[in-house]
Amino acid sequence: MTNTDWPLWEVFVRSRRGLSHTHAGSLHAPDAEFALRNARDLYTRRGEGVSIWVVPSSAITASSPDEKDPFFEPAADKPYRHPTFYEIPEGVKHL
Amino acid sequence: MATAAAHQTYGTEDVDDTAAYERAFDAAVAADERIEPRDWMPDAYRATLVRQMAQHAHSEIIGMQPEANWITRAPSLRRKAILMAKVQDEAGHGLYLYSAAETLGTGREELLDKLHSGRQKYSSIFNYPTLTWADVGAIGWLVDGAAITNQVPLCRCSYGPYARAMVRICKEESFHQRQGYELLLALSRGTPEQHAMAQDAVDRWWWPSLMMFGPPDDESAHSAQSMTWKIKRHSNDELRQRFVDICVPQAESLGLTLPDPDLRWNEERGHHDFGPIDWAEFKEVLRGNGPCNEQRLTQRRRAHEEGAWVREAAAAYAAKHSGRTGETGAARA
Repeated sequence: MTNTDWPLWEVFVRSRRGLSHTHAGSLHAPDAEFALRNARDLYTRRGEGVSIWVVPSSAITASSPDEKDPFFEPAADKPYRHPTFYEIPEGVKHL
Repeated sequence: MATAAAHQTYGTEDVDDTAAYERAFDAAVAADERIEPRDWMPDAYRATLVRQMAQHAHSEIIGMQPEANWITRAPSLRRKAILMAKVQDEAGHGLYLYSAAETLGTGREELLDKLHSGRQKYSSIFNYPTLTWADVGAIGWLVDGAAITNQVPLCRCSYGPYARAMVRICKEESFHQRQGYELLLALSRGTPEQHAMAQDAVDRWWWPSLMMFGPPDDESAHSAQSMTWKIKRHSNDELRQRFVDICVPQAESLGLTLPDPDLRWNEERGHHDFGPIDWAEFKEVLRGNGPCNEQRLTQRRRAHEEGAWVREAAAAYAAKHSGRTGETGAARA
């Protein structure tokens, strides 16, 4: 018997116009076209989407959870990037 | 301590690292944060989740059979369309759960192999036959009702992918339960024969539904550890009691009785007392000696084998066209 292990795909669904695609889950399919059709049957049976992306799971590069502290550290010590860092006198409007 | 076993599997030079990982894991669970697939986790936590999610997925897949049995004989086009949608949902639920289980590094083929060879279980409830049309209603009301009672707390399970799958499943189960209730209500208010058929179905499904919550707390092998890990949030007996309390007034509205002479309100406890469950029957069914164990697995294996040519053809087609690029440019956020 031939190897019929279908590759894994990640499914992203746009729930309605104006919103981004959001990760819905994953599925197995032999190719992109089947992945789209399967995704429709699996993740939008109740009108949950107006658009679907499917991406081979193997094509995703992810940050490593082990490095999460050092990796995101540059953002941690820059509170001046937030508007709440600044003191503005009371009564100043539209700022 | 939950993590003692994990320590022993590491060489001495790694002990410090492992201990640090474990503290981070324990702290995340204690803080009600979610564990995600690539996080460090104790081996036993991973194994418990794979076992539970696989069993859950298998139950959804095997659970298609007893109801599919009635699709061709549904009494109206409306009921037929509803039943097909429900059975399709069960397939979907199985697939959500297989996907969640796969995030822990166990492949789909392996999970299916273990189901087909009997090395992983599915819920015993599906080893009972659906003898009449009313059974479709009783399954929706009682079996799906018990499943919902079990599953709503799983939406807060500590493992992220499992919790997310459960949120989706619980939303969809609500339709399953309501269509079952409506179906039984129509029968209960119908002719005397239809009413009797509804009562008979409830008589047969009530006790197996109570068994769905698993053995009593003092005999439940995995409960304590699963509670510590926040995979499980409530004990078997607690959930069973909750289910009984929910069902009693619903049965009254249906005009049907629950087959338990000991069932009565206990003012002091604020709950319904109910009679003893026949755990000998539960164990027999679990052991493979239920009315339909053999039939369910045989059917599942046959469906898998008979679908092999479709999987092979699709894989061959994909291989043939893999040189070509598909439509691109769609993925612009």
